Amino acid sequence: MKKFIAKRIAFSVMILFCVSFIIYALMRCLPGSFVENMAMTLSQAPGAKPFEEWLAQLNANYGMDKGIIPGYFVWLSDAIRGDFGESWKFIVPVTQKFQEVIWLSFAMGGIAFLLELIIAIPLGVVASTKQYSKLDYGITAGALVGISLPTFFFATILKLVFSVKLGWFDLYGIVGRNYAQLDSMGKLLDKANHLVLPIATLVIVSVGSLMRYTRTNMLEVLNSDYIRTARAKGLSENKVIYHHAFRNTLIPLVTIVGGSLPNLFAGALITETLFSIPGIGWTSYQAMIAGDIPFSMFYLTFMAVLTLAGNLISDILYAVVDPRVRIA
Amino acid sequence: MSDNMNLSGRKPEGEEGFSLNDDRRVRVLSPGALVAKRFFRNRLAVLGMIMLIVMFVFSFIGGLVSPYGQDEQFYTYEYMDKDYAGVVQNDELRYTTAEGKEFGSLLQAKLMLARNKGETSFVEKDVTYEFVAEGEEFLSITADGEPFAVASKDIVTSVGDELSFDVKFGALKACELGETSFEAEDAEYTMDEEGNILKDSEIVGFVSRFVVQPAKNGTVFPEDFKEAVALAIEEDASEFTCAAEDGTENTYKISYKPDTNSWLVKQHEETYVYDRYSKPSKTHWLGTDTNGMDMLTRLMYGGRVSLIIGFIVVIIETLIGVILGGISGYFGGWIDNLIMRIVDVFYCIPSTPLIIILGAAMDAMQIDPQIRMLYLMLILGFLGWPSIARLVRGQILSLREQEFMTATEACGISVPRRIFKHLIPNVIPQLIVTCTMSLGSTIIMEATLSFLGLGVKFPFASWGNIINDVNNAYVMTHYWFIWIPAGVCLLITVLGFNFVGDGLRDAFDPRMKR
Repeated sequence: MKKFIAKRIAFSVMILFCVSFIIYALMRCLPGSFVENMAMTLSQAPGAKPFEEWLAQLNANYGMDKGIIPGYFVWLSDAIRGDFGESWKFIVPVTQKFQEVIWLSFAMGGIAFLLELIIAIPLGVVASTKQYSKLDYGITAGALVGISLPTFFFATILKLVFSVKLGWFDLYGIVGRNYAQLDSMGKLLDKANHLVLPIATLVIVSVGSLMRYTRTNMLEVLNSDYIRTARAKGLSENKVIYHHAFRNTLIPLVTIVGGSLPNLFAGALITETLFSIPGIGWTSYQAMIAGDIPFSMFYLTFMAVLTLAGNLISDILYAVVDPRVRIA
Repeated sequence: MSDNMNLSGRKPEGEEGFSLNDDRRVRVLSPGALVAKRFFRNRLAVLGMIMLIVMFVFSFIGGLVSPYGQDEQFYTYEYMDKDYAGVVQNDELRYTTAEGKEFGSLLQAKLMLARNKGETSFVEKDVTYEFVAEGEEFLSITADGEPFAVASKDIVTSVGDELSFDVKFGALKACELGETSFEAEDAEYTMDEEGNILKDSEIVGFVSRFVVQPAKNGTVFPEDFKEAVALAIEEDASEFTCAAEDGTENTYKISYKPDTNSWLVKQHEETYVYDRYSKPSKTHWLGTDTNGMDMLTRLMYGGRVSLIIGFIVVIIETLIGVILGGISGYFGGWIDNLIMRIVDVFYCIPSTPLIIILGAAMDAMQIDPQIRMLYLMLILGFLGWPSIARLVRGQILSLREQEFMTATEACGISVPRRIFKHLIPNVIPQLIVTCTMSLGSTIIMEATLSFLGLGVKFPFASWGNIINDVNNAYVMTHYWFIWIPAGVCLLITVLGFNFVGDGLRDAFDPRMKR
């Protein structure tokens, strides 16, 4: 087991190395105007160095005076030591900005994920036990509608109904106008209030796939021989479904849920942007739009790490949960 | 599926005419017909099919039927208050000089100097200028005894022919002294209470303390305009009318601006403007958008763009995915290893952020919208193939161990032919399902990018960039017809693809009971 995990981790590091190199090369191939713009702005400040000096300094800072490959290793050696440079857009070290915004995203993603699990798994199980019933059709159609809903459109409808027409929530932001006057409990409630619509958007848009996944896997289990055996033994339907079938459905569920745990940190790029929630998603959107190369590099690498971590976790969990899987 | 399965549906027709072992009693369905039968039994799938057909007709035929063009702009007449003139009350001395004379700023300065010293004359270039304060704010200036200029805060404006200096002088003097008549150039002039100068009871000019300047260069004021302005200011009116040259009455609004001590005159006039955000009507069924373009037509063309982008992206994805996945699965060994590592790497690249960065870069480079659309398709396609490659490889890995592949090998069929003629067709069912589903997600992706302003750009329409208008909160709350229809189109299309994909998945699955 240990050998397997070590092998997988080494493998992930290799992939991460390749991915970060591709990302770095891409960023380097983008028009140099980003750095030039930056140098231009800096040189226009009163008493600043001339444009050429700034350009040279910035290029040196980001290893851009070197070729792509040596530059990459400069970036890499800094990154390994946890130094991702200073964000151009936010004028603070990238990791500092990251620490400021990540927890909001994590809270939002965590709540949304819990709600998804609570909604999706029971509905998926019910749909599969009553395959082809009206309820099944309804749940399947509902899941597909959720998958098909464009986030931005659904979020706008929510805003129109709940913010504009009913006036229950604010349109944008994480804190209300009178946030400063509230006590600590009020502050928490105010933030919670502002998170309702974004979380609702996230849950509705992403609950469908988990629901369908549960349904498909449950159907597969229900069609297997040991369920027929359990029924033949004369077990009650409840016992068959919740004791024998559901437990076996848990195998794929646990792996997929475990695999998506790292994604809680990824933030919701589109949803956060739509609601102006200052989490990692919106922050990096602003950085990317502004051509903030250090922050974008960090964010892209971070996302790649999360994907790899997800795959790793689900592979390991699969081996742990399912005794039939033998580790080579 | 066609190679190794021989499914047949049996359905007794109940026809007594045939003997028991007659083949005609048994209706044999081809695997394709079976799939179709299962597909059409699925109500959701049929619904999805109908939705897709409707959207295709709407997008591809609608554009031809629509009487309007994709970027045809519509205009309308609208009443607007436009800045017409500015009025300032004159509170410094202004000089009116005799014909052919000039009273430059040097002379003006000397005059002021002399006046402040209490003198009545000054000398400049051997000419002695004398001046008499005939009223509080009225100086008449003579040069060597000749009438030269007047300085006054009032201004004489001629109506019709330009008045001579003598007449102006007389009028100003009369005005200052409060007289009702004066004589100049052997003619009798009278002044009325409003400051009009009358000659033989005909207005030839007027005296006022207001300077009226046009807001736009080249504006010619109507005849009585300045008078009307002066009157309105005196009466503290907020509106007045004045007849234009051609006799039409125009309404003007006048407002006082305390900060500059001036008045602003606005003309209430009809303007020819873009018909923006007009409500749904007979001519525009869904109204018009922010550029005055017909919304329904734009929706049709937008659908065309969205669907075409979706299809091209999926075709690119599938081509790369099938070729690489096929090669990888068939050959195995180090080729498989290499390709699968490439797939792993691509799988790891965060596509949404990357596309956003590339979109922003394309913004910075100001790429032509048409070329940009091409790039968008290439990028989306190039980032999307790994999942298809994985699917194809996985299927082929299990298929190539089966007997029919041994048979193809025994027959000496060439390797490319074995892969693409015998293996790939067996993957096609799963491929169709995946492609249908990924059509839906590609369309959402494109719409999201266009919504963020990083995808399809104006003048091309796409459902995403139509909805982009809701970034303006006023549009979101007041003009539902701008963004709701586009969102509904998007939803229907994507839902259609997902329903059909789901139906196909069930229909292709031979384990399905129905």
